[in-house]
Amino acid sequence: MSKTPAIELKGITKAFGTKVVANKNVDLTVYRGEILSVLGENGSGKTTLMNMISGIYFPDSGKIFIDGREVVIASPKDAFRYKIGMIHQHFKLVDILTAAENIELGLHEKFNLKRAASHIRKIAEQYGFELDPMKKIYEMSVSEKQTVEIIKVLYRGADILILDEPTAVLTPQETQKLFAILRRMRDDGKAIVIITHKLHEVLALSDRVAVLRKGEAVGTVNTAETDEEKLTELMVGKKIDLNIERADPVDPQDRLVVDGLNCLSVEGVKVLDNVSFTAKSGEILGVAGIAGSGQRELLEAIAGLQHVESGTILYHDPATGKEENLRDKTPVQIRDLGVRLSFVPEDRLGMGLVGNMDIIDNMMLRSYTKGAGAFLKRKEPRDLAESIIERLEVVTPGATTPVRRLSGGNVQKVLVGREIASAPTVLMAAYPVRGLDINSSYTIYNLLNQQKKNGVAVIFVGEDLDVLLALCDRILVIGGGKIAGLLDARTATKEQVGLLMTKGSHDAYHVKANDGEVAE
Amino acid sequence: MNAEANKKKESRVREPMFHIAKRDAIVWWKAWIIRILAVVAALIISSLVTVLLTDADPIEFFSTLFRGAVGTTRRIWVLAKETSLLLLVALAVTPAFKMRFWNIGAEGQVLMGGLATVSCMILLGDKLSTPLLYLVMIVTSVLAGAIWAFIPAVFKAFWNTNETLFTLMMNYIAIQLVGYFCHLWAMPKGSGHIGTVENGQLPAVGNEYLLNIIVVAAVTVLMFVYLRYSKHGYEISVVGESENTARYIGINVKKVIMRTVLISGAICGITGLLLVAGSEHSISKDTAGGRGFTAIIVSWMGKFNPFYMILSAFLIVFLSKGSDLVSSNLGLNKSFSDIITGIIIFFIIGCEFFINYKLVRNSKKEVVKQ
Repeated sequence: MSKTPAIELKGITKAFGTKVVANKNVDLTVYRGEILSVLGENGSGKTTLMNMISGIYFPDSGKIFIDGREVVIASPKDAFRYKIGMIHQHFKLVDILTAAENIELGLHEKFNLKRAASHIRKIAEQYGFELDPMKKIYEMSVSEKQTVEIIKVLYRGADILILDEPTAVLTPQETQKLFAILRRMRDDGKAIVIITHKLHEVLALSDRVAVLRKGEAVGTVNTAETDEEKLTELMVGKKIDLNIERADPVDPQDRLVVDGLNCLSVEGVKVLDNVSFTAKSGEILGVAGIAGSGQRELLEAIAGLQHVESGTILYHDPATGKEENLRDKTPVQIRDLGVRLSFVPEDRLGMGLVGNMDIIDNMMLRSYTKGAGAFLKRKEPRDLAESIIERLEVVTPGATTPVRRLSGGNVQKVLVGREIASAPTVLMAAYPVRGLDINSSYTIYNLLNQQKKNGVAVIFVGEDLDVLLALCDRILVIGGGKIAGLLDARTATKEQVGLLMTKGSHDAYHVKANDGEVAE
Repeated sequence: MNAEANKKKESRVREPMFHIAKRDAIVWWKAWIIRILAVVAALIISSLVTVLLTDADPIEFFSTLFRGAVGTTRRIWVLAKETSLLLLVALAVTPAFKMRFWNIGAEGQVLMGGLATVSCMILLGDKLSTPLLYLVMIVTSVLAGAIWAFIPAVFKAFWNTNETLFTLMMNYIAIQLVGYFCHLWAMPKGSGHIGTVENGQLPAVGNEYLLNIIVVAAVTVLMFVYLRYSKHGYEISVVGESENTARYIGINVKKVIMRTVLISGAICGITGLLLVAGSEHSISKDTAGGRGFTAIIVSWMGKFNPFYMILSAFLIVFLSKGSDLVSSNLGLNKSFSDIITGIIIFFIIGCEFFINYKLVRNSKKEVVKQ
């Protein structure tokens, strides 16, 4: 098969500030009729590189060739002219408009929706998309929105498609569907680039893999000639054992018994619907579900941050054997009861930590009220900060560095370190490895396992089903605010979890539509 | 061939000349060099503006500017007193600002403090002994300022109303109230002005300026300690940075908002007391004199740090006093000195851009030879 290059990058360099070099002298070639994976850990410069092809950033130096001719891509408009289309991780759609309106928006002087809709249907048919052009965006699921984004760039005539982490928000079944479509596009002669950090997807989908490490292209390999271990080694720079250890729970006792929990969102929509489950000491309870299915509300309700309409949250105190109902108690009241409840929230810098404060002051968040007097005592938090930096190998210039200056993995180490420092009896963690590199992720898994061994009841909300299945003891699947099922993580399969996640998911989509916008 | 060459040329032309890059932390002395350069540049521009608009020469401009600010001993004292009063208002708004509560009602809060003071002086002046009168004046002025700030704070805490509009509107109510009482207590009757009130004037310490300066120096240190080392100060920072974090660790956000804004208003009330009983010995709609608004700039330029704010307050008062003399010597009105102050503040705030970012020239692309 003769290959014609669609894009060639030569010596592309891009720096942010003086210290952060996002891309350094990167060479990369994408051929027509192939799927290329750009693989790399978070912060390795994948998205920056692709943003330079799609005109969002401008390279500091280096050349871009399209069909063998040197070009300058200074704006998304230029990229569009060269038939490059990028599908971003965060969708850029107008919620109250229909799919067709979003796709046609800004293209022609005259708005001809009928023509647009028929053209959209033709594209959808050609590649096997399922989409109603007249459906409004806010009524759509995440995967439908993604479909709109993909058709949007196809509609504009793109024949080089770049997808940034397209599967991050999809269930396993939706992912399979997307992959089938992408293969069809490849066979149609389009050049397709997917940015990802998931190894099994790379192997399942792509023809070639380009690996980035710390902004540099460290190699391009044919997928057929590689495997997970080799790719990880390329990506991280050293061999890594990808197995997550899982010990058997020792003497599990009921620690937290949630019964018939109902919660409403600010808008009055039911976000938790009759949720009941038990978290036991010495085990990790996984919570799986499509983003925005009520996971956040569940954890916040337990932590005393979300108003509860009805139901009970019973805490069994292992020291006294007493039972406390945590419902409608504030975080301070929960603490005053002697309940050692730790919570690693999803929004690390917006909730768990204060970005502009240094590590010491962030340690103090949990302890500043301790001690008499009107003044702060920084001695203890300083010691804690230093011990966490040392024990968890936090990379930072010092304990007085604002945490927002730290990388994602180090921010998370600071947060988790603080939360486990109080010797919790219940530890809740929401997406604790999101955005972390492989090494930091394994550090976090180890910390959670350590807590499990200490007899803590760990509740782990995750999105990567492979990790959930490997790390947890039991998996609670939540969909549209309801419990869809409880599985034994040792015997369950990814497909089982995926099926439960989408069960009754249409309610979930509505919740999610609201959620996603706020988070943005 | 030719068409292709043209196309290449065209594409190279469109490449932007510069791009903006964020700096990492800048060394402190480099930041100060940039700031000093900005002040120098601002002075040069304003002297050029003066020379262009009038027939004065630049040397005369600068010497007049300095003479206006520090030309005589009296001017130096006035400069110090004005700096301290402006600083006091800035200190008042700072805790609220740190909490991201945009209190732009300091003008009104100062006026209410002043109005409470003058009421005591007029109504109780001949009924109470002097120490008791002072006590009542202090308590009422602090209360008046605090209440004026507390009203918007309650609405913000419980119903999340916009504090910017609310505090701003409270200014106008305060101004009109002062106008009403000026008319009511006018001396002589019908003049619409309150003449000098003799009872209840604050004692002169050393001279008539020093008392203000001592009080403000004390508040500066207290405020620094409060914000940096107290539990309250810590809560203010957390609420300001992220209300979600505050909720997460169990801070009562409503309480912190109301408590902090009370402090903010109370200090404004003290400013009103010092202005009325320590300086003007009367009140008018102009007693606050725009300090409530200028204080916002002082607080921001000082990055909410009370000690840096001394510097920014000094700079602003120095410039306004200096350019006052420039405009009166040149036979121009007050607007001219406002123009000069405006130019200089523009440069000082603008230079922060160059402290946070830098412009990088794009490397020229070498010609492709094939």
